[in-house]
Amino acid sequence: MIIKITSASDCKEHTVTDENVYHQRRDVIKKMGFLGAASLLSLPASAGILDIFGEEETPDALFAQNNLSYAALKGGIGEALTPEAKITSHNNFYEFGVEKQQPSALSQSFKVDPWQLKISGEVENPLTLGYEDLYSSFDLEERIYRLRCVEAWSMVVPWIGFSLAELVKKAKPTSRAKYLAFETLYDPVQMPGQRSRRLGGGIDYPYVEGLRIDEAMNPLALMSVGLYGKTLPPQNGAPIRLVVPWKYGFKSIKSVVGIKFVEKKPPTTWNLLAANEYGFYANVNPAVDHPRWSQASERRITTGGIFAQNRIPTLPFNGYGEQVADLYSDMNLRKYY
Amino acid sequence: MAITVSQKRIPYLKVLVHLAALYPLLNLYYGAFTDQLGGDPVEAVIHFTGIGALNLLLISLLISPIAKRFKLTFLMHFRRMIGLYAFTYALCHMLNFLFFEVQFDVRLFIEEVFERPYITVGMSAFMLLMALAITSITKLRRKMKGKWQTLHNFTYLIALLVVIHFYWSVKSEIIEPLIYFAIYAALMVFRYKKLRGWKEKLLSR
Repeated sequence: MIIKITSASDCKEHTVTDENVYHQRRDVIKKMGFLGAASLLSLPASAGILDIFGEEETPDALFAQNNLSYAALKGGIGEALTPEAKITSHNNFYEFGVEKQQPSALSQSFKVDPWQLKISGEVENPLTLGYEDLYSSFDLEERIYRLRCVEAWSMVVPWIGFSLAELVKKAKPTSRAKYLAFETLYDPVQMPGQRSRRLGGGIDYPYVEGLRIDEAMNPLALMSVGLYGKTLPPQNGAPIRLVVPWKYGFKSIKSVVGIKFVEKKPPTTWNLLAANEYGFYANVNPAVDHPRWSQASERRITTGGIFAQNRIPTLPFNGYGEQVADLYSDMNLRKYY
Repeated sequence: MAITVSQKRIPYLKVLVHLAALYPLLNLYYGAFTDQLGGDPVEAVIHFTGIGALNLLLISLLISPIAKRFKLTFLMHFRRMIGLYAFTYALCHMLNFLFFEVQFDVRLFIEEVFERPYITVGMSAFMLLMALAITSITKLRRKMKGKWQTLHNFTYLIALLVVIHFYWSVKSEIIEPLIYFAIYAALMVFRYKKLRGWKEKLLSR
């Protein structure tokens, strides 16, 4: 039984897009075949006559997502969900290209089965989760979280997954375990961004991220295996990814193959690339601007065209201060951004 | 390979250039209004018009070297037009940012222009480009006489500022901006004599 403790920042169920509406949309796309889906994806490319570096990308076949059984969420956050089509076509996943639509276009043949997620390091019970284990080792539940990108746009996403804390407990960390070091799959054959510096944005792979162990134990930290009722598509980090909703999106590492418990603060990809722009903590903070743009407000990506993308104020800890502010009570968040 | 095009045909060719420049823009906004530009139509229109303005600016800088080298003098008829389309795209780029990104929050807009170096650089380039667009009117050009050319030589500075603006705005994917730097450098090499002339003039003062 799941005991649900609601708090002010939680999602309300009535804000979820009606399932019938949503399923009809998918049926239409299925009936149109991939031609329809592909033309939807490639409109920006065909419009890009003056965009001389734009590439024509059309997936051969869409990645097969499976339905998941999970405890559906009762309650919501009182904010409209971002439509699934937008969550799955607007992605920062440089392993599949730096442009927002590239991951959905270039990842559809990604293989997630077999998969190995290796939990190692300062733990009494090192373990490896195979593909099936990702869905069966823990009870899956739905959680609606705001996702705030460091680029100042945001979404509201109905994730499915399990608490990272459950995984940590199962691994039984030793007293030396102070941090968790996460690592994304390194597979240049499957991930074109890891082969080409231009596609991959010139960052060093594999992508790595980290959390302090008390952050990892916070009930909000989620290991997600699905969204909108189904397993994750590759562009969103299939088959398993981290979701830490009070931090900027780049902390929520995708397609995780390793979680190592370590004593020292682990290196993290964006911090390595530009330490003055991206900190280890990367807590959402409207008071601390990115050196090149303001973080005081954000554009919420919702349904509708260009007039519907409303700018709203950004909240400290992305609105999850009630649950996480205690973790940082003795820290200067201007210094530890 | 000198090709001459009779004066009569120029207007037809101009119509083609108008269509080639306007169609992508209309297509873009149609997609943006009908939600067919992927996840974030705002980012899409800002990037498209920005890159479009830079490409058009570089094309306008390519015209005179090509016209001279290959004796295609008729190309010079299109230079002002393409320059004005570069301005049009830049205007759309700036308005997209004001309307759709900061959404008429004028205070935020002004803050961003002055606090973010890459936006300061972009806005400076836009202001200069606007001066060139206004003075492209034939009447003004005649009035300005020799000063006109001096003012319009600023297009070399504008193109450089725009490339810096692009380079500075990206998160990590610097290869594309570097390609633009290379194209800019190549365009300046064609003007080696002109640039050297300025240098000597400056030194002899």
